[in-house]
Amino acid sequence: MENLPLEGIRVIDLTVVWSGPYATQMLADWGAEVIRVESCQHWQNYTRGTEARPSQPTIGRKVALPWFRGYPGWKAHPRSWNRFPWFNTHARNKLSMTVDLMRPEGMDIFKRLVPKADLLIENNSVDTLDKMGISYDLLKELKPDIIMIRMPGWGLTGPYSGYRAFGLQMEHTCGHSYIRGYKDTPPTTLTTSFHCDAVAGGTAAFAALMALRQRDRTGKGQFIEIPQIEAMIPQLGQSIMDFTMNGRVQTTVQNWHPSLAMAPHNCYRCQGDDRWINITVTSEDEWQAFCGVMGHPDWTRDGRFADALSRVKNQEALDERIEAWTVTQENIPLMHRLQEAGVPAGAVYNAADVFADPHLKERGFFQEMTQEDCGTHLYHGLPWKASKTPNRLRLPPCRLGEHNEYVYKEVIGVSDEEYAELEKAGHIGMDFIPSIP
Amino acid sequence: MNEQGLSGVRVLDLTWHIAGPYCTKYLADAGADVIKVERPDSGDPARRMAPFFKDDPHPEKSGLFLHLNTNKRGVTLNLKSETGKKIFREMVKNANILAESFRPHVMPGLGLGYEELERINPRLVMTSITSFGQTGPYKEYKATDMIIYGLGGAMFWTGHPDRPPVRLGGTVISYQVGVMAAVATVTALYGAEKRGCGEQVDISAFETIRGHIDRAGTDLIAYEYCGDYDVRSATTSSMYPQGVQPCKDGYIDISGSGVVFFPRTARMLGRPELKDRYGSREAQVNPELREEFYNDIYKPWLRERTRREIWGAAQKVNLLSGPIFSSQDLLEDPHYAERKYWKEVDHPMTGKVLYPGAPYRAEEMPWDVRRPAPLLGQHNEEVYGALGYNRQDLVKLKENGVI
Repeated sequence: MENLPLEGIRVIDLTVVWSGPYATQMLADWGAEVIRVESCQHWQNYTRGTEARPSQPTIGRKVALPWFRGYPGWKAHPRSWNRFPWFNTHARNKLSMTVDLMRPEGMDIFKRLVPKADLLIENNSVDTLDKMGISYDLLKELKPDIIMIRMPGWGLTGPYSGYRAFGLQMEHTCGHSYIRGYKDTPPTTLTTSFHCDAVAGGTAAFAALMALRQRDRTGKGQFIEIPQIEAMIPQLGQSIMDFTMNGRVQTTVQNWHPSLAMAPHNCYRCQGDDRWINITVTSEDEWQAFCGVMGHPDWTRDGRFADALSRVKNQEALDERIEAWTVTQENIPLMHRLQEAGVPAGAVYNAADVFADPHLKERGFFQEMTQEDCGTHLYHGLPWKASKTPNRLRLPPCRLGEHNEYVYKEVIGVSDEEYAELEKAGHIGMDFIPSIP
Repeated sequence: MNEQGLSGVRVLDLTWHIAGPYCTKYLADAGADVIKVERPDSGDPARRMAPFFKDDPHPEKSGLFLHLNTNKRGVTLNLKSETGKKIFREMVKNANILAESFRPHVMPGLGLGYEELERINPRLVMTSITSFGQTGPYKEYKATDMIIYGLGGAMFWTGHPDRPPVRLGGTVISYQVGVMAAVATVTALYGAEKRGCGEQVDISAFETIRGHIDRAGTDLIAYEYCGDYDVRSATTSSMYPQGVQPCKDGYIDISGSGVVFFPRTARMLGRPELKDRYGSREAQVNPELREEFYNDIYKPWLRERTRREIWGAAQKVNLLSGPIFSSQDLLEDPHYAERKYWKEVDHPMTGKVLYPGAPYRAEEMPWDVRRPAPLLGQHNEEVYGALGYNRQDLVKLKENGVI
């Protein structure tokens, strides 16, 4: 097997929640040694949970959605922080060490780790690193060619530079929420989305790769800023360009085609409870094929549906007729029949549908891993495949402090005696201190 | 200007629509020399997609196309003709990267599959972007932005319980597939340069989005862990204040509920004592107190203030918050003006127009727009001239429908 492209690259990972960890997930997936620097003394909310020790009554009541708090078996556990689905989504292939950076001997350990690293990445509130005394200047002193990536929400300058937000509020301020959701309900009922986190994470990984490549050529490291909002805005290109070119402010078109250029383009109810199919007809040929799968009912010859423009104009009437047919069909078999006829269609999958999908199975998308506090489970695999570097998940989601011994002794070079002292002082451990709720 | 991150990297770009061109825009804006290869008759279908400059549906005036193809040089080439294939193979010799987004049968069907191209240029990284990947039973299936979100993303649990699932805005899923393809491409390039040989990268939009960090991967892990899957549910939180509310000039979202955050909300309202009545664990889940707080205190306070006033006040007390902004709000916002975010691009058919700017800022590898999107076939003479074709050759190629 070929070496993975990032083997030999070491990353100090100070990231929290989702956007930063998504970047380091990609680096770890492709071979970098990513060391999460965590702390037993400080709780980063929403990273390893919303509480360190959620009680059985709060978990067991299933008050929250699975994506929010679906712990294994809906059960409390002495180390729930190693079982949080949010965290375990991105934490595969990463290492975890603990150290309290708010104490001088903790900072000393950090300063001994920096010279061993190629890249440091963080996405905390802008003032967090300042409080710890970590800056690019400090890192450069310790490792002249280091690469530092920071991921502030709105950038490091400008009126909103210090502002803090979560993904859901980023969606609002970048202009995305304005163009999504139902047409007839107010924004107060918008469901959450965290697309920005994926955008910023991907962009940070892209910048990291370029910077590593450049460092190999020039010998120079650098400082990189990923302003999360500014990474997201280009993905709303049609909305932005419509305003700068035409002065038009786009709003939501629900599930219709984004620029209302084609129809049908919608999500239709199918047979069964909460079963749905997306059907998007993008050409005249596809419309004819679609009519064929429906069995050419009379209404398809109605002049109101004769061409793409007419279908867009009479879209509500069109959707009504299509849905009267789809409710008699099962969504997944219908998807296959439409696809075989050349019509772009896809069921709206729930998680159970995804695990049952034969395409993902054949491509080996899922991989089984065992993590001590979670047991054995299937995990989603790599985001892409490379023909000459067969790759798989190497390590299960890292438990808090799981790799302390390796990082302290083998990477930093701490002696056994010093290790014991740091353990006694609480820097090294596998549990959050009891005062964290 | 400094050298850019990908200066000196040559990319042959056969991609179309949104995902592929957004991938190569990341490369081109970072300095790569991207040669966009379009079909001679009509070019990239994105040329016929809205919005259009002054609503004129002209193939050189699509705002989507102009945005996605900055910094690329454009040539036309008919890959179905033998001469077209010959020219393409010549171009492959000098390329570091080939990006394409056809269905899996197309390139091998043209005799231009990775195995063939590898023989011409063993260092080539070939980025293949498809809806479902190069293998598997769905590999020839078609998809659009919404179909990928429905199969791969959070669509099933986005929307209201009594209504259909609802997709995200615009075509953000396609753009994000492009970002992931760009990461995959530079990762493979990094590896290829180290070991001296390239490879083919297989990006399946379905899988990339199914594992992505906006809860799609989390939904799967949670199902494995607890046996339940996510469904559409009520959007109101039992604790308060939480979520989007109307204010004087629009809407704002503040996460100000719970025992930790309510005292900050009270400070934002200028009435810290409110925490005594509303801030306890019990009061926070009491529906009558919730109504009272919303109707008598919170909503009237919001109605008298603008989004930016409220946002500033919420940030001062460290509450996670943000207003709902439109495209116009963003273009008129002093923050982006001060950061010089918007990029003015001069294009022969539209004149100067503002485009979205840099997604990252790095001293040693500046992002920049060096040239606008290409007109159809604009660089035929320049690119084919460098391969040794003179003007008379180009006339013949044009007559034969090759370019």
